[in-house]
Amino acid sequence: MNIPSNIITLIAGIALTLISLWYGQNHGLLPIAASEEAAEIDGLFNFMMTIATGLFLLVEGVLVYSVIRFRRRKGDTTDGPPVEGNVPLEIVWTAIPTIIVFILAVYSFDVYNTMGGLDPMASHDYLASHDHHQMVATEEDNSHLVAMDGEQVALGLGQSPYNEAGNSLVVNVNGIQYAWIFTYPDTGIVSGELHVPVNRPVQLNMTAGDVLHAFWLPEFRIKQDVIPGRESELSFTPTKVGQYPVICAELCGAYHGGMKTTLTVHSAEDYQQWLQDNTIAQTEVDGNVALGQ
Amino acid sequence: MEKEHPQRKWQDYFGFSTDHKVIGIQYLVTAFFFYFVGGALAEAMRVELATPDPDFVQPEFYNQLMTMHGSIMLFLWILPAGAAFANYLIPLMIGAEDMAFPRLNGVAFWMIPPGGIFFLSSFFVGAPQAGWTSYPPLSLVSGQWGEEIWILSVLLLGTSSILGAINFVTTILRMRIPDMDIHSMPLFCWSMLATSALILLGTPVLAAALILLSFDLIAGTAFFNPAGGGDPIVYQHMFWFYSHPAVYIMVLPFFGVISEVLPVHARKPIFGYRAIAYSSLAISFLGLIVWAHHMFTSGTPGWLRMFFMATTMIIAVPTGIKVFSWCATLWGGKLNLNSALLFGIGFLSSFLIGGLSGVMVASVPFDIHVHDTYFVVAHFHYVLFGGAVFGLFAAVYHWFPKMSGRMVNETLGRIHFVLTFIGFNLTFLPMHPLGLQGMNRRIALYDPKFQALNELVSIGSYILAVSTFPFIINIVWSVFKGEKAPRNPWRALTLEWQTASPPIIENFEEEPVLWAGPYEYGIDIESVDGDEEVEDMLAEVGSSS
Repeated sequence: MNIPSNIITLIAGIALTLISLWYGQNHGLLPIAASEEAAEIDGLFNFMMTIATGLFLLVEGVLVYSVIRFRRRKGDTTDGPPVEGNVPLEIVWTAIPTIIVFILAVYSFDVYNTMGGLDPMASHDYLASHDHHQMVATEEDNSHLVAMDGEQVALGLGQSPYNEAGNSLVVNVNGIQYAWIFTYPDTGIVSGELHVPVNRPVQLNMTAGDVLHAFWLPEFRIKQDVIPGRESELSFTPTKVGQYPVICAELCGAYHGGMKTTLTVHSAEDYQQWLQDNTIAQTEVDGNVALGQ
Repeated sequence: MEKEHPQRKWQDYFGFSTDHKVIGIQYLVTAFFFYFVGGALAEAMRVELATPDPDFVQPEFYNQLMTMHGSIMLFLWILPAGAAFANYLIPLMIGAEDMAFPRLNGVAFWMIPPGGIFFLSSFFVGAPQAGWTSYPPLSLVSGQWGEEIWILSVLLLGTSSILGAINFVTTILRMRIPDMDIHSMPLFCWSMLATSALILLGTPVLAAALILLSFDLIAGTAFFNPAGGGDPIVYQHMFWFYSHPAVYIMVLPFFGVISEVLPVHARKPIFGYRAIAYSSLAISFLGLIVWAHHMFTSGTPGWLRMFFMATTMIIAVPTGIKVFSWCATLWGGKLNLNSALLFGIGFLSSFLIGGLSGVMVASVPFDIHVHDTYFVVAHFHYVLFGGAVFGLFAAVYHWFPKMSGRMVNETLGRIHFVLTFIGFNLTFLPMHPLGLQGMNRRIALYDPKFQALNELVSIGSYILAVSTFPFIINIVWSVFKGEKAPRNPWRALTLEWQTASPPIIENFEEEPVLWAGPYEYGIDIESVDGDEEVEDMLAEVGSSS
């Protein structure tokens, strides 16, 4: 085999490593990360991007080099060398990917656990959850809760094991063609947009009214299908004040692309203000309805 | 010698035939017809997506285009195209006269044209709009008759696929010439064994899911309909139990093709025959236990997500073995950069990207972000177009002389490759950043901030459309006017090159002789006998035609 001299191989290897390390951190492909969980996932993606860049450059480099160096010259009808394999080399390229995917699996598992994906409270029996979140089950979604007798696992992302439990803001989410409806069980606010305070864990208890939808926050890197007749859960902790898109990611009909709304992350004071304004507005609306009747 | 043997008449290709070569070409031509239909639907989608607003077609119609594009490309293009080469090549490669069950083979093919036409007819009653996955409850509430036609067509095409697979397995295992043991048969046969196993194990489960879905749709049962207490997640499990293996059903035959094409045109033995053969089986087995990675954001508990993450990542190992072995096959060879090898190398460079992004989406935390986005659309097009379709074109250019008895025009072939490669990457590479940035898939209208990249994607898809013209012109012209092909224009060693081009009706004049392994190139350099070089032996085989 024509192997270039060791020095050239070494330099190419170092260059490849440096480029991969640099690009893995500077690809600029992801939108801003607006939650604690998002930063974890970005770290994981950067790690995968580093390895992928290295492998990409290695294989494409071999292909380009082969096409240039080993192309058949005019009039040459001989064959290449009869190399039928190389056991040590084959062991190496079996072992290295095995080790890489093992590391990647462990790393992914750790990130998923940190995100709350393995939260025992989110993988509990459904009935236990019902007791725990008595407040959650307000009248309007009792109908679907009744349908869910027996033991059932709540689905999605629960509390991170690193968060102290108990201070989460709970919001009920209902997905229908083609809108999201948010209900705040503590205050009774019903809104078409999601408003949360910064730096406080948020727990969304979600279901769907008609077909499957998926609740996606690209800046928070989290997504969970919402399913008619079942409850699913998402937990996250926003870290940056701002407005972010809420997108439906599961095909739900012709205007699926239009099913989106806004998540506003407020500072603590602004959130109190928003809460107050909307509680009043809500009471007024209810009052007017009562008067009208 | 050829003159003594009658050739097939053109009428034979339009009727029921039991000749595997006729059936193979029937499969291939039918598949290409549906490729152009599915491609036209894709182009209509790209015209719509060139602008953020739904201004070219109605959103309902966009969803019909999207559903039909996906279903046609999978069930009527790649699956039949894989079966086309399997039909044509397996008996020739193992020295058999025909398939094990020739009539069954004919029946299997003749399910496809009616299935395909029935499927296209759904446009007259409102085509299905729930995506090729047809998830309930959406599939139960949008376009009932279109959906039912979709179900019946897929059941028909699935039955055809099962009948084909029974034939492939039996033929490969029972009909090899006596000298050819299982470790000296061409790697394409290994890949078809792996493919057929998946078809036989997976397709019945899809059929069960679709029959139950059909009951929900027209009889008002509630297997999957939550309105009546059914569970839509069970459908997803049953659907993906077939449809993930289906990805391997679609790409494994072309892994086999690449293992045939690279050694011949690189003039070197395949690197690591057994590793490539066994990794096909490993992919086939692992492919059966990864289905729920399509459901990482669906109704699945955490432990299940972790299990399927681990199994999915392991598939990277046998796939990596193949890619590295193919690269090592090229390394140090004498690359004849004709159209077949160019598409082979194009396959390697594109499939690599699909493989790398595949490991990424296997990671649950990352997949939760990109699931159902354009990142996933990019990923599976790099696997199915960059992988399967590039492999398919390599196969067409490689075996065209054998199938037609004519050579193709290499200049047009290279133009076809360059246009396809540029158009393909321009179409699908920008989809990665689009998905990462927040563009979800299956939408007729999107956020204006994504417009610039979408324009690029649409331009790429137009180049892809243009790239088919040199191909069609080349094939049509070459069939009638191409230079006559000798028996073995590539000096290849597998048995199909030992007979005439095109092969006689009984395939071989006399039972072919296995005088070399399928990939023993380069033995002229250290020739064992020293008397006759392999070039001379090959030249003899070539001149006897």
